[in-house]
Amino acid sequence: MFGLSSLELSRMQFAFTVSVHIIFPAITIGLASFLAVLEALWLWKKQRVYYDLYQFWMHVFAVNFGMGVVSGLVMAYEFGTNWSQFSSVAGGITGPLLAYEVLTAFFLEAGFLGVMLFGRDKVGPGLHFFATVMVAVGTLISTTWILASNSWMQTPQGFSIVNGRAIPVNWLEVIFNPSFPFRLAHMTVAAYLSTALFVGASGAWHLLKGHSTDAVRTMLSMAMWMIVIVAPIQIFLGDAHGLNTLKYQPAKIAAIEGHWENKGDSSPLVLVGFPDMEAEVTRAAVEVPRLGSILLTHSLHGQIPPLKSFPKSDRPNSSIVFWTFRLMAGLGFLMALLGLWAAVLRARKRLYTSRLFLRFATLMGPSGLVALLAGWMTTEIGRQPWVVYGLLRTENAVSNHSAAAVSATLAIFVAVYVFVFGTGVSYMLKLVAKGPYGVRGADMSEPGQARRPARPLSATPDNIDPAITK
Amino acid sequence: MGIDLPLVWMVIIGFGLMMYVIMDGFDLGIGMLLPLIRNREDRDRMVNTVAPVWDGNETWLVLGGAGLLAAFPTAYSILLSALYFPLILMLIGLILRGVAFEFRFKADDAHKPFWDRAFTWGSFIATLSQGIALGSIINGFTVSNLVFAGGAFDFLSPFSMFTGLCLLVAYALLGATWLVMKTDGFVQGQMRRAAQLLVVALLVAIAIVSVWTPLAHPGIARRWFSFPNIAFFSPVPILVLFTSWALVRSLRRDGQAKPFVLTLFLLFLGYTGLLISIWPNIVPPSVSFRDAAGPAQSMGFTLVGALLIIPFILTYSAWSYFVFRGKIGNDEGYH
Repeated sequence: MFGLSSLELSRMQFAFTVSVHIIFPAITIGLASFLAVLEALWLWKKQRVYYDLYQFWMHVFAVNFGMGVVSGLVMAYEFGTNWSQFSSVAGGITGPLLAYEVLTAFFLEAGFLGVMLFGRDKVGPGLHFFATVMVAVGTLISTTWILASNSWMQTPQGFSIVNGRAIPVNWLEVIFNPSFPFRLAHMTVAAYLSTALFVGASGAWHLLKGHSTDAVRTMLSMAMWMIVIVAPIQIFLGDAHGLNTLKYQPAKIAAIEGHWENKGDSSPLVLVGFPDMEAEVTRAAVEVPRLGSILLTHSLHGQIPPLKSFPKSDRPNSSIVFWTFRLMAGLGFLMALLGLWAAVLRARKRLYTSRLFLRFATLMGPSGLVALLAGWMTTEIGRQPWVVYGLLRTENAVSNHSAAAVSATLAIFVAVYVFVFGTGVSYMLKLVAKGPYGVRGADMSEPGQARRPARPLSATPDNIDPAITK
Repeated sequence: MGIDLPLVWMVIIGFGLMMYVIMDGFDLGIGMLLPLIRNREDRDRMVNTVAPVWDGNETWLVLGGAGLLAAFPTAYSILLSALYFPLILMLIGLILRGVAFEFRFKADDAHKPFWDRAFTWGSFIATLSQGIALGSIINGFTVSNLVFAGGAFDFLSPFSMFTGLCLLVAYALLGATWLVMKTDGFVQGQMRRAAQLLVVALLVAIAIVSVWTPLAHPGIARRWFSFPNIAFFSPVPILVLFTSWALVRSLRRDGQAKPFVLTLFLLFLGYTGLLISIWPNIVPPSVSFRDAAGPAQSMGFTLVGALLIIPFILTYSAWSYFVFRGKIGNDEGYH
């Protein structure tokens, strides 16, 4: 297809399937914890608003979770279908980590999901809350294992090479590899932040539409609390993660900064520019003197290894990661701004009425996911040409398929994903547009009282479309 | 350690795959049986019998994949690249089926039939792909230096197409008897009739596979007909016939859970027949599970978790089934 090799097509297929996939677990992680908090608040304060919000977001969660499951199944098999040499070399390490993820997280989520979604009138409120918490805990355990595996591929340790295969020597070193704590913190917070931005935008959109109900205001308020606290933490974590990367993957940082060579006694920060991999320069660069040294070495005169100090074959594509990184970081600062603005408006009691702010909050709805994807691309493209850093090159990890075979499957994946997940996301947005007010058939002012009339065993209400055509 | 790690892992993966075949088997079977029922409310009941548990059922397939990668990375890399097309198609089928669980309730009325069809087609595609994969594993693969060295369409053969059909029948029977257990009235009546036909179809399929397999694969024939295997084997055809007879009888005599239990036993017999046919190979005809075994440190580390956690998984999965026990009535799920 278009003269691309089987390797390039396999990379495209993996990048496409994992990029679509990652959106759903990110929202699953955030919403599961949000739902656990909502149910706890409902059981504790017995205020109807928390129950309504729980029911409302549970419907969105159900659709999102299903898409995460089916798109995730693909990932567990693609390691073997397309990257069989990777599986063969590194499977002894990534396999057990994945197996632990299945055993400790996937089954936990799946086992309690049924009760969480459909069991409200079958078990008591305490047990139902327990099921919600188990699902939320499952999502976090899952995050931990998969990031341990991903981090090991970025900063491998605790193994030896026997007959060309990675053999685990020390599992604690494998799991707690140098980049793991930073990546885990950065990614988990990214999931929470993305969800908070999504929930906050939903609330802001409804307020702009004039639906100022208790539930709408509460969800905006909760989301903005989350953002104002977490966005600055995320910037701090991102900085720490960057310094960690500089230590273990300096080529990635040089590529992110479009930094080709060290001149003088300090490095500037290239704000914008166009890194040219062939000419080995960053074109049209707008620089701030010394800022590169300050940001990356936290000193006035520190310098980082420039791209030219790495062999050409070991350089990641600066033209891409330069911009994906700036997109992520720029959105990160906008998120912090949003949180700050919300805090100021809250103090002035205008949080629910400032239209300018509400428009901004609505626009920022997808920003968390965009930033998350951009960050993911930065770290994954930035570790090229390695799939296991310093150990296995991507070109040596691929299965021995023809370009025609991979073209065919890639075309199928793109067609099915665009259609299926496009439809699913549109259903999610329609559910959000329906709003958390007037959940049909629910009459429950206190936990455990007057169990709900039986709901459809779909976790989502039937026929959501009419509500949209208002 | 005195533990035979590769052997223990073969047992765990074999158990996980059997759990998958049984549990997602009836989920997929329901998808294939959906076209037999026209009425939307009845269709909803059929889907609702598994809506709370299907995700857990499918997780056994992920465990099979992850367990294989952890314990037998070489087998994982050979099998998954050799089965490239069937596995990708299986994943596509499972995607369509999986999202249809939610989407078929959420689409506007004009699109609901579309997601019902996606549910059915997804189930067919996933099952057929699994059956074809199964048949091509029995056929064996060209492997050199522990790397798959065959062509992209090696999986395709008359035999593997036929095992694909066999699995369609087997899952459909599981689905039909599951629905006999979980529904009543019209749906149950239809499923009783369908199940009786499916038992006959499955018997014919088993008979053909039992003749075809040893004829086409001399190695398997030797394994079947050598002593002492033949002694263990000889009761199997009798057990199959007896179970099928009891199954049909129970379907005709108002059996509720019994047909499903007997179907499970029937599939268990078939599954053991398959295992005996390829044992001790994990990638027939030449790679044994010992050749494909990963590092002992990997198997040992994962084994601790598997032995500690699988009992918990079985416990809370059983609890979830218990919570949603009983017949799914017509009133259930509607307000």
